[in-house]
Amino acid sequence: MSNSMTFKRELLIAVVAIVVLAVIPLLVTSPKMIDFGIRLAALGVFATSLNMLVGFGGMVSFGHALYFGAGAYAFGLIMQHYALPIPVAFVLSVGFCALVALVVGAICVRLREIYFAFLTLAFQMLFFSIIISWVSLTGGDQGLMGGLPRPPFLGLNLANAVDLYWFSTTVAVICLLLIRYILQSPLGYTLRMVRDNPDRAKFLGVDVWRIKLYAFVLAGCFGGVGGIIMALFVSGAFPEFAYWTMSGEAVFMVLLGGINTFIGPVVGATLLLYFNDVIVRVTEHHGLALGAIVLLFALVFKHGVTDFVVDLYRKIRGQEARS
Amino acid sequence: MDADALFECLTSLSCVVTQTSTGLITGSLLFLVAAGLTLIFGVLGVVNFAHGSLYMLGAYIALSAYRVSDSFIIAVMIGGAGVALFSLFFERFFMRRVYGADVLMQLLVCYAFILILDDAVKIIWGAEFLSMGMPEFFQAPPIILAGGIIPVFYAYLIGFAAAIALGLWLLLAKTRIGKVVRAAAHNPSMTSALGLNTGMIYAGVFAFGGMLAGIAGALAAPVRSMSPGMGFSILIESFIVTVIGGMGSVAGALIGAILIGLIRSFGSIGFPLFIEGIMFITMALILVVKPSGIMGKEPR
Repeated sequence: MSNSMTFKRELLIAVVAIVVLAVIPLLVTSPKMIDFGIRLAALGVFATSLNMLVGFGGMVSFGHALYFGAGAYAFGLIMQHYALPIPVAFVLSVGFCALVALVVGAICVRLREIYFAFLTLAFQMLFFSIIISWVSLTGGDQGLMGGLPRPPFLGLNLANAVDLYWFSTTVAVICLLLIRYILQSPLGYTLRMVRDNPDRAKFLGVDVWRIKLYAFVLAGCFGGVGGIIMALFVSGAFPEFAYWTMSGEAVFMVLLGGINTFIGPVVGATLLLYFNDVIVRVTEHHGLALGAIVLLFALVFKHGVTDFVVDLYRKIRGQEARS
Repeated sequence: MDADALFECLTSLSCVVTQTSTGLITGSLLFLVAAGLTLIFGVLGVVNFAHGSLYMLGAYIALSAYRVSDSFIIAVMIGGAGVALFSLFFERFFMRRVYGADVLMQLLVCYAFILILDDAVKIIWGAEFLSMGMPEFFQAPPIILAGGIIPVFYAYLIGFAAAIALGLWLLLAKTRIGKVVRAAAHNPSMTSALGLNTGMIYAGVFAFGGMLAGIAGALAAPVRSMSPGMGFSILIESFIVTVIGGMGSVAGALIGAILIGLIRSFGSIGFPLFIEGIMFITMALILVVKPSGIMGKEPR
């Protein structure tokens, strides 16, 4: 009973979010805002998918950009070569990501955390070097050039920025809702148990490896969706999507927003996008500036923004209750 | 994919000698970087994701020192010492704070430093490719062995790396310093209870590991071109080396480095586009058969 209640409540929140996001372009017509929204849709799903592993599975992946890149390239190549309808290309690309995640995950998920972090990174760099060296297919370091055909979808002209914004934000919210449902499902709770106490989980008859692999594959699929949205936005795909800095940024978004709150990574993605835009405007030393911000959050604040807000809220509530 | 070329090379002694020497210098450089990485992991229990950046820093510092002093030996020494100092700073003020923390935090601190160091190198030395050029001392006619060509510098480099490997083994296995370091790796709280300053040991090991990476960068300067971001590919390779050899094992790093060096040099003849794939398949096989690596101990 209560389960179906939360189910409905979250569906309602998602519908409200889609409507609110859809209204924004009618009020704010700045093209920069629209662009920001599309990029946020891509990175928000990407960061949240990583948090399925980091926050809920206790698996710190440093190679999550592999799926972002895989989604973008698979989608881009399918559209360029076969120009299939958007939903078909979408499903095929996500399927490709699932397949890659299955292979990488099967090797990686049994490893201890530091090994896991490094090995996922190594596989991502393998994928990156394949993109760079398979020039005839991927265009090498130039990326997929020449633009993607973007056929209309449900009456939306995806080559138009506002229409693409509606498409992207809706897809993103649906993905977040799905991730939410997965994390509230028995699978999600088993994953939390595996994170907190793998021995106990094993004792209770849970196949730890299998649960972790499921989570890894699902995270890879949603990471791929982020890449697909980005590919639609830039009308192409670039090797940077699968470069390690992208994984680093994803890890930072997760920390920046907070790993203990579901919506945290989206907040982190918003902040990082904003930081990046400001840094690019203010200085040409992007690495120095971003590095300093990362150090500040990792060593001084040590908590994500939403964790901080939630703590503060609980403290205030606690005081009210006492007084 | 060109298996015929590989077969032809393997049947000709001169080609085998040439490729082996190339493989061994790649392996030597990889060993120096991986030895530091594995030592730091073995003692401190953290993986220094910024280790490749230390290699890069060593190469650039050595380049500047070489331009000023015109002596390659001084350049290597200053490269090693400079990176050791930087590593000390990095450990004392940054890494030390995240030893007990989540992997997430360690990862982010290293991520920040890779970004900062790449940018700092770009500001100081510029973004374009730089090269040191072969020092005059090594510009001698190459050694011809069974028809194979071995540049003089390669011979020196391999000899130097072998000396360091031997020295490292003696240091760890035979001296009091080695005993203390092994004790700190095995049981840090007991070690500090016995009156040894584990913080100092950690700092020393980190600086030493950094120095090895710096020396590797300096040694690579005459034979590799430099650019900001050059550290990242060697980071991945030296990680593969430590996984193959076993995390925390210096002997394993040596075996893994030579293996990867040879795979690279012979693979470049047979399947130039697939070398990385072969390295990964080797690593994946080792991980499946023996997850702790060739020389690694089973985790407790």
